[in-house]
Amino acid sequence: MSYRLQEQPFEWIDRSKTVSIEVEGRPMKGFAGDTISSTMLANGVIHMGRSFKYHRIRGPLSFANHDVNALLENSDKTHVRGDVELAEDGLKLKGCNTIGGIAKDKFRHLSLLSRFLVVGFYYKGLFKPRALRPFWERIIRESAGLGKVDLNWRGGRKSKRYGFCDVLVIGAGPAGMAAAKAAAESGAKVMLVDENAQIGGSLDYQYANDDSVADARKELKDAVLNNEKIEVHTSSVAVGWYTDNWMPINTPNGIIKVRANQVVMATGLFEQPSIFHKNDVPGVMLASAAQRMIARYAIKPCEVAAMVVANEDGYRAALDLLKAGVKINAIADLEDHEDRGELAKQVKAQGVQIYDHHGIYEVEGKDRVSSATLCPLNASGELDTTRKTTVPCDGVMMSVGWAPATHMLFQCKADIKYDATIGQFRAQSLPEGMFAAGRVNGVFDIRDQIADGAGAGQQAAAAAKGEASDAQRPAPTTVRQSHDYPIFSHPKAKNFLDYDEDIQLKDFLNAAKEGFDNIELIKRFSTNGMGPSQGKHSNMNGIRILAKHTGKSIDETGSTTARPMFHPTPVGHLGGRRFRAERLTPMQPSHVANKAVFMEAGAWLRPEYYDTEPTRQECIHAETKAVRTGLGIIDVSTLGKIEVFGPDAPEVMDRICTMRMSNMQIGMTRYALVTDEAGVITDDGVVVRYAEDHFYYTTTTGSSDSAFRTLQKHILEWGLKAEAVNRTGQLQAMNLAGPLARKKLQPLTDIDLSEENFPYLAARTGHVFGKPVTLARVGFVGELGYEIHCLAGDAAEIWDGLMKECADVGIRPFGVEAQRLLRLEKGHVIVTQDTDGLTNPYEAGMPWAVHMKKDFFIGQRSLQILKPMQSRALHGFMFPEGYNGATPKECHLLIKDGEINGRITSVSFSPTFNRYLGLCYVEDMDAKVGDAIQIRLDDGALVEAELVSLPFYDPEGKRQTCDVDGAEEKVA
Amino acid sequence: MKLIDCPYIGARPTSEFVYGHEVREMPKPSEASDKEWADYVFCRHGAPGIKKEWWHHVPSGMWFVFERDTLNDKFIRLVDIAEVQYEL
Repeated sequence: MSYRLQEQPFEWIDRSKTVSIEVEGRPMKGFAGDTISSTMLANGVIHMGRSFKYHRIRGPLSFANHDVNALLENSDKTHVRGDVELAEDGLKLKGCNTIGGIAKDKFRHLSLLSRFLVVGFYYKGLFKPRALRPFWERIIRESAGLGKVDLNWRGGRKSKRYGFCDVLVIGAGPAGMAAAKAAAESGAKVMLVDENAQIGGSLDYQYANDDSVADARKELKDAVLNNEKIEVHTSSVAVGWYTDNWMPINTPNGIIKVRANQVVMATGLFEQPSIFHKNDVPGVMLASAAQRMIARYAIKPCEVAAMVVANEDGYRAALDLLKAGVKINAIADLEDHEDRGELAKQVKAQGVQIYDHHGIYEVEGKDRVSSATLCPLNASGELDTTRKTTVPCDGVMMSVGWAPATHMLFQCKADIKYDATIGQFRAQSLPEGMFAAGRVNGVFDIRDQIADGAGAGQQAAAAAKGEASDAQRPAPTTVRQSHDYPIFSHPKAKNFLDYDEDIQLKDFLNAAKEGFDNIELIKRFSTNGMGPSQGKHSNMNGIRILAKHTGKSIDETGSTTARPMFHPTPVGHLGGRRFRAERLTPMQPSHVANKAVFMEAGAWLRPEYYDTEPTRQECIHAETKAVRTGLGIIDVSTLGKIEVFGPDAPEVMDRICTMRMSNMQIGMTRYALVTDEAGVITDDGVVVRYAEDHFYYTTTTGSSDSAFRTLQKHILEWGLKAEAVNRTGQLQAMNLAGPLARKKLQPLTDIDLSEENFPYLAARTGHVFGKPVTLARVGFVGELGYEIHCLAGDAAEIWDGLMKECADVGIRPFGVEAQRLLRLEKGHVIVTQDTDGLTNPYEAGMPWAVHMKKDFFIGQRSLQILKPMQSRALHGFMFPEGYNGATPKECHLLIKDGEINGRITSVSFSPTFNRYLGLCYVEDMDAKVGDAIQIRLDDGALVEAELVSLPFYDPEGKRQTCDVDGAEEKVA
Repeated sequence: MKLIDCPYIGARPTSEFVYGHEVREMPKPSEASDKEWADYVFCRHGAPGIKKEWWHHVPSGMWFVFERDTLNDKFIRLVDIAEVQYEL
């Protein structure tokens, strides 16, 4: 038997090309352009998946991108939407959410247990008895979830792009095409987006057999496809609306972030099901789904149909079915077919039995619907089940109403109210820059839809130019399109409100009875609308049920919030490719050549260590040893570098830093500590004074931009005569450190490095290898050292030159980890490592850096208050030599009498001292050097360490002159 | 994403801007009581209304003070920096 019809006028399939796919091992043949679902149907397979909760067998429902029970998977994708995704040759798929396949799913009898799986089951079942929680958890974990994630999956990331247009039109149906055409003809640059594989919308399936729209169709399609001012994106979904018409469009090749001047929403409608017993049995579908099958894929939906209808569209679908050779045994019209117009008469004229004021009460059938039972409606809108008419059928088509795709209109805060005349939500007014056209706007007549789209397109194009428009728009229809309550109870239930989550009418009502009678609460408790289709076929009926239950109006009941994403969007598309800057210093080639292992520091990549020894720790220790005994060099180009000029520059520096800077001598440097208004340490660095009115200061790597911004802002708000320049990227820096620093650097520079001319903490300008530099003699790592600041263009040459000239003494580049260890041995606090969001300079052991006698600095007043209120202090500690227990780590807690008494902020094994040493906060102001502290390690063990005075290494600072004659012997 | 009208180069997305907080008057540190000072440092008035705010446009490196209605997120006017300058 063939399920494929003869050629349809607007079919999407290319009969000259066949494709072969395999679903659960069964080979199937289709045509190019077929979706997976249509290929399955063409091969006589209607079983497309199992439902989420009860694992009921399901077939196609909407064919409109929310057939959640036609969800399949393969190794690349966990969720393949059978109703829209193309059957590509060679594709191999299996069902989602089954154990043992769609047909033999282990859980296929689960609905027999539905009595126990009541609404809110997760909350109740997992609440008590508590002893059963592991049992339920195991069952739920095994049965829940859609699709198996391949943990080895890589790739699938798609680049994000930007798009700009005057008018963005969402939806390429009659209204959308007309809007795009009109806007482009008014001179606007237009982008037209549709989630379907082809443009045309309802014109090509609901109106495929309506000859009166043939000319309009051709004109619109030609205009849209041949106008270079219109950029068309098919198979693309506008997934959200953000402020100022910023809309992500998810295309098969990734997301386009579109900034549109004006937006026309021609998003149309979702057809809504009628709720009756077994409305989920395969063969029961929306009438528009049957029309899509016929018109797009030339698939015969069934042989014999029964229908439930509440609008003229139902009769249009009936005519399409008849034309496709389907016999219609009965049409249950919830009202009177005489009021439906010309189409109902044509259907009746073809001999179809129409039952006025009837609904479908139940259907029978296990693998496929086999009969439908109709009952008359009484005056209160309920079915009179004493009078049943049962008709055989293998298909049931529902055409009882629509829900508009208003998601993004909600997002842009349009004023949306329920229009009882039409029976749907409709925007009463729209924000600036936003238009709605077509059926989402309540305009139903096909010619009116086109006129409405054209009018909206003209208005949008005019608005984009800042002009007024006198374009006319037709009024919304006055004919009811959606039934008030196509929802019927049944003693055996299985009348599904939500096909995603298997929510039956009684479940939803029980939730309301249990007190979840607010639309947002009932959604969460019942999970209505929380499945993959996000309520596209269940939210409207849910609102109707709750409104009726509470006796409130639809507007009083309201709708749930329609947040982005409008449609599931792959994580690989959302993530895109890396979209953050990654900054490298000019020394990068040398780092790579020296086998650096890199780490991210802010936007920068910095060498963590150089991989020259067997283990990471040995590398770090070899690097520290070179600095302590010979010569090391570190790239510190990532430091923020800011220059401040002007007559008020000394005042600016005094106000920014806790230490006084205005009394610093020219040619000297000073440690700079910065606090915020609350007195919390935010940054530190070194200030160089070049001239009376000229300072240069470095900030920590991560804060160069924020430090610069803050400085600029303060200069403005204080009205001071000063200017700041951020030279972070333009200048580079390296630190040459070790006892041999002076000896090896002197021959390479024109600056006199002698102790007399260039003492500790001085700064000098001159040349190294003939390149202009500033040398600052600073001592972070605790050895004689020179920080060399130079132009970015000279940096690599100076670095490489130093490496070459100092190779004879075994110079080693050292990384961030070695620098941390060296600084730790000196007891230097690293801001944000040894300080947190509350640390003030007193706690951090730096009262010497706070100059209270100044008139003002940021944080001064707070520090005055905080000074007598200290409750913790930073201390140095050491482990006993020979300790060989578990490794102490940062954030390990100090314990005293069973209570937390502080925490470690930095700890490392020091090769210099041959033991662990570190910094910790002790929440006890009486703690003193020599006290024992207890540290709790990862394994729970308490180990003892001793508080020691800081710095650990070279407390007298003698290493700063270690190469001067006689100085070496003084070093302990 | 919201657009902010940069006075020099026109509408730019908010991702190009850094919010620099509301313009607030600092009490004189030498005169404020501890309580007044703590209130200034820690307490922000979050109620919606028309506020003067600092905004830094990163690509051009410029600071601006705008008046913004935080109820509807509309920028109202560019404020002359002189209006918000203060002496210590």
